[in-house]
Amino acid sequence: MQSPQTLTRSGLDFSTVIVLLITVLGALWALFAAAFAPDAAMKGQSWLILGGFLTGLLLLVGSVTSGGVETDEREYNENLVKAGVIASLFWAAAGLLVGVIIAFQLAFPILNIEDWGFTSFGRLRPLHTSAVIFAFGGNVLIATSFYVVQRTCRTRIAGGIWPWFVFWGYQFFIVMAASGYLVGITQSREYAEPEWYADIWLTLVWVAYLLVFLGTLWKRKEPHIYVANWFYLAFIVTIAMLHIINNLAVPVSFFGSHSYSLFSGVQDALTQWWYGHNAVGFFLTAGFLGIMYYFIPKRVNRPVYSYRLSIIHFWSLIFIYIWAGPHHLHYTALPEWAQTLGMAFSIMLWMPSWGGMINGLMTLSGAWDKLRTDPVVRMLVISVAFYGMSTFEGPVMSIRAVNALSHYTDWTVGHVHSGALGWVGFVSFGALYCLVPWLWKKAGMYSKALVDWHFWIATFGILLYITSMWVAGIMQGLMWRAYNSLGFLEYSFVETVEAMHISYIIRAVGGLLYLAGALIMIYNVYRTIRSDVTEADESVSPQPAQIPA
Amino acid sequence: MSDHEENRETDAHSGTETTGHEWDGIKELDTPLPRWWLYTFYACVVIGVVYMVFLPAIPALPGLSGSGSDHTRGLSNNSERANVAAAMLDLEASRAEGFERLRGTSIDAIEDDPDLLGFVRAAGDAAFGNYCSTCHGSGAQGFVGYPNLNDDVWLWGGSYDEIRNTIRYGVRSEHLDTHFSQMPAYGRDGLLTRSEIGDVADYVLSLSGQDRPADAIARGGATYASQCVSCHMADATGDRSQGAPNLIDQDWLYGGTREQVIATIYRGPYGVMPAWEGRLNDTTIDALAAYVYLLGGGEAAASSPTGQ
Repeated sequence: MQSPQTLTRSGLDFSTVIVLLITVLGALWALFAAAFAPDAAMKGQSWLILGGFLTGLLLLVGSVTSGGVETDEREYNENLVKAGVIASLFWAAAGLLVGVIIAFQLAFPILNIEDWGFTSFGRLRPLHTSAVIFAFGGNVLIATSFYVVQRTCRTRIAGGIWPWFVFWGYQFFIVMAASGYLVGITQSREYAEPEWYADIWLTLVWVAYLLVFLGTLWKRKEPHIYVANWFYLAFIVTIAMLHIINNLAVPVSFFGSHSYSLFSGVQDALTQWWYGHNAVGFFLTAGFLGIMYYFIPKRVNRPVYSYRLSIIHFWSLIFIYIWAGPHHLHYTALPEWAQTLGMAFSIMLWMPSWGGMINGLMTLSGAWDKLRTDPVVRMLVISVAFYGMSTFEGPVMSIRAVNALSHYTDWTVGHVHSGALGWVGFVSFGALYCLVPWLWKKAGMYSKALVDWHFWIATFGILLYITSMWVAGIMQGLMWRAYNSLGFLEYSFVETVEAMHISYIIRAVGGLLYLAGALIMIYNVYRTIRSDVTEADESVSPQPAQIPA
Repeated sequence: MSDHEENRETDAHSGTETTGHEWDGIKELDTPLPRWWLYTFYACVVIGVVYMVFLPAIPALPGLSGSGSDHTRGLSNNSERANVAAAMLDLEASRAEGFERLRGTSIDAIEDDPDLLGFVRAAGDAAFGNYCSTCHGSGAQGFVGYPNLNDDVWLWGGSYDEIRNTIRYGVRSEHLDTHFSQMPAYGRDGLLTRSEIGDVADYVLSLSGQDRPADAIARGGATYASQCVSCHMADATGDRSQGAPNLIDQDWLYGGTREQVIATIYRGPYGVMPAWEGRLNDTTIDALAAYVYLLGGGEAAASSPTGQ
């Protein structure tokens, strides 16, 4: 709260020295790995990692020679958020494109090009999931959390160089992980594919993220901490815990890519799905609820519906979510008692999830007319509706008897995408549509009509996607369990695959539409930033960078 | 809470008070929890507890797992493992009669018994779809290198017993009783020159009525007589005891274009089929053999025993 100097430059301060040290050590490790890596894939990787660290080193030296990172305590740090917005859009396009490619590969296997291993579904699939969840989703979360925590704490982001370290370090992690997948480096843990060296790097970045966030909360000028920040903090803390525990592994060699998990057998499976489920719960749910709690009331200019509901659903959500992971392992070697617990907690999770939906939707009461006039509000509201739908579907699918039908089928894929495309995607796009004019100080987006097009094309795409996957998944499940009157399986496996062909094509088209929507958005954002805004949008109120006293 | 109490105001639209907090222009209403939400939440908790009472949900304490289970079984005394085991037993019992009747029954007797025939078709179809269609195709139509099973062309014999032996022991498999033979790789191993191989291909193609240059046929015929007759026989009708295909018909395992025939002679194919003995039980193999036999090309039992 006391700021003797309002405008400072970091120069070569302690933090900068630490970041320099990390970069130099990283570069040295990569150099040795390039020389001594036992596997060819790691040799290639280490050159890329070396390149990354050397680029970082150049940027750092450049920054220090020009005086270091500038900190003006009278203003919010908006450049940081701008960088996050651009990175989010870049990764959205990349991740969705790979998604479309692998969707077509499933419909037309010939698209796995035999002589190019990196085009095989097995390598592109983790590239898609990591790019959309961690690269796109993660950048949206980092960018919006940096924006929201500053505004709702009425203070500039803490940590001087550290928030920049978080931003660039995270991009570096994504490149490291993604390029590894393409050459076949993977831990084979779903949503935790990156190998040990990338995991260690992410741990560093994530701890820095946590400290920057906590530091900003610490120096806040508001007496209370806003609910969006509770959700962001729960997301950051829990992801740190999940990431570290699920990735406990012993590397085979100091410079090689491969490692072995500390756990084995069913313990390993449960650790993985404790992680996997809570990546959904704390990354894709809690984090994005943080986005919702800031951007919906801000955009519609209405008070949050219920403070009490936000408290109760926050604590019940984070308490219950962490137990629900075993429902991913129904009918496996996991002891039955653990399966039952996972199922029971998943059912209890329904209302805590819906608390967020109610608070999101009911915040619009008194402003429902904005659904008609503001496509950004429409996007945010539809996202909350999809959130409500998939958080109802989830508990239903977690019931063992339902899971017997749905497990291992494309119903799961449809369920995930109604959450990912509908909830996570739309709430992110909505928030970015709010942020772009605010950050670049424009009177509105370049084209409101294009926002509308984005909304309708993408919504149609989602509907094609999830309905085709419902049909495919339920059909697949029913075909697998069909016996004829003589007690033999009615269908062979390949017949079930054949039966899904048309659904796979429809799904791929749905994904293509969703990608098209995102590309329209990127064009619209580009024109907005380039100052081609012609008419003011009355739903966009200016957000000055100066911090109010 | 006193610092914001004085900031409470009444929202004009809903008539609800705000909490008095404000962050970047965002305020909060002090709306009570929606009743339906709260009661549904309670109901879900009750359902969760009911599940935990009726189903296994509590692990045994360390050292107390001596009762045969390491966790409580719940009031329903449920065990999914036991359920699956019981369901499998039921299923096997429902099929037992059919398999019992199939055991040792001749193919003629199967064909004369409509019930057994229906059973064999169902059992064979299920097993074929899961184990055989990967190579032979879901319609048993085959692919290049994988025989079509709908026709009456057989490499190792087409009687019920011969088909069963092929399934049981495989072709060039790891089973000790596997069918085995090996065509030399005439080109790769330098046994014949490229032009000699071309001539043999022309000769072989001429056997099934294709029009090839007479001089090439003559040269190829000479090579055939010295290199190929021991397996494919002088009349080129093949030898089932060695799995050597008939070369005068229109059916080609590795393709019938000149290029394909040349490639076949060049590399000496080594087609493999796994042995299913041990992986499938005997009656399933019986059903599969009958199913393949009944696809259309089954032959009456051969007079001399073959298949080893």
